[in-house]
Amino acid sequence: MSTLPPAVLGLAAGVVMLLFVIGLVTYVTLLERKFAARMQSRIGPYRVGWHGILQPIADAVKLMMKEDIVPREADKRVFNLAPVIFLVPCLLIFATIPFAPGLGVADLNIGILFFLAVSSMEIVGLFMAGWSSNNKYALISAMRAVNQIISYDLPFLLAALIPVILTGSLRLSDIAVAQDGLWFIAYPVLGQLGFLAFVVASVAAENRVPFDILEAESELVAGFRVEYSGMKFALIQLGEYAHVLGTSFLGALLFLGAWAGPGPEWLGPVWFLLKALGMFMLITWIRWSFIRIRVDQILQISWKLLLPLTMLLVIATSIVVVWRSGPGV
Amino acid sequence: MASEHVPLVVKHIDYTGAERLTMNMGPQHPSAHGVFRAILTLEGETVVGVDAVIGYLHRCHEKLAETLAYVQYPSIASKTDYVAAMSSELAYVMAAERLAKIDVPKRAQYLRVLVGELQRVASHCLWLGTWCMDMGGALGGGATIFLYCIRERELVLDLFESLTGARLLYGFHQVGGVRYDMPDNWASECRSTVDLIEKRVLEYEEMLEGNAFFMMRTKGVGVISRELALDVGISGPLLRASGVDCDLRRLAPYSSYEDFEFRVPVETAGDCFARYKVRMVEFRESIRIVRQILDGLPEGPISSRPGVKAVAQVRVPKGEMYARVEGPRGEVGCYLVGDGGPRPYRMKWRGASFSNLAVLPHIIPGHSVADVVAIMGSVDPVFGEVDR
Repeated sequence: MSTLPPAVLGLAAGVVMLLFVIGLVTYVTLLERKFAARMQSRIGPYRVGWHGILQPIADAVKLMMKEDIVPREADKRVFNLAPVIFLVPCLLIFATIPFAPGLGVADLNIGILFFLAVSSMEIVGLFMAGWSSNNKYALISAMRAVNQIISYDLPFLLAALIPVILTGSLRLSDIAVAQDGLWFIAYPVLGQLGFLAFVVASVAAENRVPFDILEAESELVAGFRVEYSGMKFALIQLGEYAHVLGTSFLGALLFLGAWAGPGPEWLGPVWFLLKALGMFMLITWIRWSFIRIRVDQILQISWKLLLPLTMLLVIATSIVVVWRSGPGV
Repeated sequence: MASEHVPLVVKHIDYTGAERLTMNMGPQHPSAHGVFRAILTLEGETVVGVDAVIGYLHRCHEKLAETLAYVQYPSIASKTDYVAAMSSELAYVMAAERLAKIDVPKRAQYLRVLVGELQRVASHCLWLGTWCMDMGGALGGGATIFLYCIRERELVLDLFESLTGARLLYGFHQVGGVRYDMPDNWASECRSTVDLIEKRVLEYEEMLEGNAFFMMRTKGVGVISRELALDVGISGPLLRASGVDCDLRRLAPYSSYEDFEFRVPVETAGDCFARYKVRMVEFRESIRIVRQILDGLPEGPISSRPGVKAVAQVRVPKGEMYARVEGPRGEVGCYLVGDGGPRPYRMKWRGASFSNLAVLPHIIPGHSVADVVAIMGSVDPVFGEVDR
């Protein structure tokens, strides 16, 4: 192992990570479908494999075999590029997440900054898709997307800053280690409010119901991806679920103590995965119980409620940290 | 190929003045409720103009009625408003009965009311589900409540199936009475079904009204003023939500409605939430009527005429008659001109959805695109009835 140059090691880690993420993303769709089905007193996927266990694979194969349609009047280069531009940031966010001490692709010293910066870049691909499709539904959806993601990235970022301030480091593994004794969600008042703001902002940043105005299918049919079919559609779907999952991992890391849990140390990644899936289920639960709200209401919630709240929380957290670190600092 | 990189969207935006976008909603659209086409003119997200286009589901019902005998048409009448087939069947046979001065036995009248009220429950279930799905997304909470509502509607359809053999289009009514009597145990099944639905309706109410997002989406949205409601001629829950106490079951009782005790809900706000409220009360009142019928169903024949043996069996004298019933969507009217033969000379439907739809261009402008689907859903149009 030690004879290999670091670049090869990094590449290998990246490939393993990518395969892991794609596999996981494929199967959380099944989890969501089963969970939603139970909520709606249905059974959900059942026919493909035992209890529908092969359903995600069947879905992927089906999408691959579909005809890939590019509208005649579309801006073809942008149209073809958009799913990739959309997908790459969604997968890239997994790069900085440490799944256990030392187990991750790149434990950057500005890990959380990287995560937030990259995750908000998906809007570029999204807008490209909406604009190049040459479809009015897609255009309106793209405009809504820009509107919404700008409004919700700020509270999302501020909510994610709370654990950062409590830890005093931007490195994700440091934040995880800092929760050894007390998970940040258990931190009095600040932790709970921060977590709440984080969940709301992440649901909005992920375009999930009740904030799914950009794919609002009763108004805009399928929003920015209305013209996409086949594998390109699959890439967009993959990107969306990867984003949701990545945010769930981040939430589990920032507020739920990452790999901390009972049992031997090697169980750490399992705990982390379970917590992230718990976050994912929470978002799914919200998704399948609320109805969508209007664009103007979404913006009002963001600018009038969520942003001031998270700003106050950040200020309060800073005061608490300074106060606890004692005089003379 | 030169135009390959020119985004066409630019052509539709008028850069010289106000930026307006024309958007087509329907006839193939997830929230078109059938085949409704609304040509929306947008300024940003705000709708400034709406052009409603109907006629995609026209099936020549009125012409067809001239070629079918009085014993044949009731089962076709159910295909006008296919979500509430019982009410349109009833309107047709009532017009023929009044014209021919045919008496209907008390038991048949009660059975007609019974199926009419069960139909109202089923229709409102479908309305609530689809409306919430319009607002809530097929991949979201809207789908959840839709499936809950469909589950309850299914129970009513099961009752209809064991009563008439059909789940959607029944052919239950016939001139002079009804075609089927209640099978054994049907009454007790019906009773337990309405008990269950009453409980579930309470659950929906708690689920929706405890949800701030639902209130935000429906309160103050799509207000129909009392004056507008009267001018346009809407009826049913829409009219009652705008503060007009008008229910044909109370104003012009037919089929022994005067025997039953029920409340006619009236709201004054005129918005989507008021329409929701009216229908939620109607759920309960319908169930109340169903219980009263099951308690006091008189014995006797179910039809004043013998069973159908020949097409020309029912003859209606020369004359004309308008009969109207309160369907789940409002006044369903049937205007019949008889010429003494076994077929009507002319027939005209007054569809509740058709008249209710006329209010849309008055209330939609000024709302956002998202509200358009909420308003359209709250009007509860059924396009079989609009286009006939």
